[in-house]
Amino acid sequence: MNRRTIRRTFFDAVALVILAVMLFPIYWMVSTALKPGKEILSLTPVWFPSSVTFDNFRDAMNQPFFWNDVVNSLTVVLSVVAISIALAFLAAVAVARFGFRGRTAFVVMVIAVQMVPLNALVIPVYLFLDKVGQVDSLPGVIVYYLAIVLPFMIWTLRGFVANVPVDLEEAAMVDGASRVGAFMRIVFPLVAPGLVATAIFGFIQAWNEYIIAYVLLSSNAKQTLTIWLASFTTQHGTDWGGLMAGATLTALPVVIFFLVVQRHVVGGLTAGAVKG
Amino acid sequence: MGVAGDARARVASRPQLEAGPWRHIAGRHLLPYALIAPALLVIAGVLAYPLGMLAWLSTQHYGLRELIQGQGQFVGLQNFEFFRTDPQFRYVVTVSVIFTIVNVALSMSIATGIALLLERVSGPIRVALSAGLVLVWATPSIPAINLWQWMFDYEFGVVNWLLTRFGAGNYIHHNWFENPIQGFTVITVIVVWGAIPFLALMLYAGLTQVPRDLVEAAEIDGARPWQVFTKVTVPILRPVILVLFSLSTIWDFGVFNQVWVLLSQRPNKDYFLISVYSFQESFRVSQYGLGSAAAVVMVLILVVVTFAYVRQTVRLTTEAV
Repeated sequence: MNRRTIRRTFFDAVALVILAVMLFPIYWMVSTALKPGKEILSLTPVWFPSSVTFDNFRDAMNQPFFWNDVVNSLTVVLSVVAISIALAFLAAVAVARFGFRGRTAFVVMVIAVQMVPLNALVIPVYLFLDKVGQVDSLPGVIVYYLAIVLPFMIWTLRGFVANVPVDLEEAAMVDGASRVGAFMRIVFPLVAPGLVATAIFGFIQAWNEYIIAYVLLSSNAKQTLTIWLASFTTQHGTDWGGLMAGATLTALPVVIFFLVVQRHVVGGLTAGAVKG
Repeated sequence: MGVAGDARARVASRPQLEAGPWRHIAGRHLLPYALIAPALLVIAGVLAYPLGMLAWLSTQHYGLRELIQGQGQFVGLQNFEFFRTDPQFRYVVTVSVIFTIVNVALSMSIATGIALLLERVSGPIRVALSAGLVLVWATPSIPAINLWQWMFDYEFGVVNWLLTRFGAGNYIHHNWFENPIQGFTVITVIVVWGAIPFLALMLYAGLTQVPRDLVEAAEIDGARPWQVFTKVTVPILRPVILVLFSLSTIWDFGVFNQVWVLLSQRPNKDYFLISVYSFQESFRVSQYGLGSAAAVVMVLILVVVTFAYVRQTVRLTTEAV
């Protein structure tokens, strides 16, 4: 073996160790969820479940308000993604394709707003929604999430729209396409990966959000799944099998969604950040 | 020809307008405003307005009585005055700053290491490692906190067992949260584990854009690997690094979920990071004014830290169009 091969083998080995360390927690969550109770509460860890059981998943799904909260989470997430994509795309086109008075101010606002930690705004938002009687209602949360995801989405989409050469649109119009037609056939397909990337971003943000939902949605019937997970911990201790099954169920939609479209994600997110 | 010439003349007379198929509509001036209006409305209404309200609340005494009346009591800068002398708040800020520095440094350096590693491993390993990173990245934060809580459980936690087994001492029935330094170590592990995938994949994406010939030229000129990294790679990656650094700072300085969920929604005073403190003062003790003032301090610290990033980004964008 020459030095190059040895070095590459060494790097490969390091990478495998890192991979194992990074993935072990996820394996442990899923395998715990699939274990019978006595293998979970065992002083010596049981590395592989001796017999796979779905009891924990059944318990989790029978936990009060599970289906209720699934519906709440989906309502919130789908509304946020649909509305934010539309609004962000329009604003991105404006910023990328037009020079207008106030454009710089708008860009500064979009960037600056992302620097504000959202935890800081929970207090005024709570007091405001309390005043107008919108505490414990999904629309209040949806609007708040919209504001959270919009700046980043506008920012990322702007990069995509700006990267589509104006000449392409003009060429299509010279060939007889209408303005809208040129836009739909030329710009839209080229921006599509950006739309996918930002949609995923919005989906994940809204699905995972905790503190705002925790403060604003107080009744069990209105909660989202991230809040519901706390119901496995009582004064008598934590039902680890159920909790791991619940955590797996909560993580699953995001993971699936993410893995299906992940090709677009990294490229999509860097496009906004790296290119001017 | 006539139409095109006409349009060109119109564009020339209004130099700030972008050329292209949009110019006819753009000529009406209002379109860009109509396009940004909905987004602007949401952002201004839901972020800017509460931000103003937060600043206003921070100058008030706003307790339960005021909450019921819906009207705070103006006290000027008294809340901030209180922070200046309050030993607990000093502890909160100190711990938050140290926590942020440690977490940003750890996650950025490990992520850089992994990104460089991704460049050097063989094809299948690269695919496997990136897929693994994506999987971790995709794991939502609350389930992730729950699973680490389980791994660090004092009785049946696998971490205690592994540490004992591999001779790091006796960790059987070891409670990690009795001692805040150990507790924050666990929180750091969770934060860094969750942050690495995004940072590493972004840095790797940036690395792939570093022109190969630049690196080779430096190598031919006799640069050592470390010199290539600091003199060629890092300067090219500067915009990406700046973004990731700012984002990490914002995330780590605002850490709340990890503390709150890990300690079963009842963290003791040792674990008060600034956002936990702000939350506790507002929603547990019903001192909304004091809580808001703490949040204002948090925002101000972040503004100072991320100012350079915002300025650079704004400059890059305004130049680009």
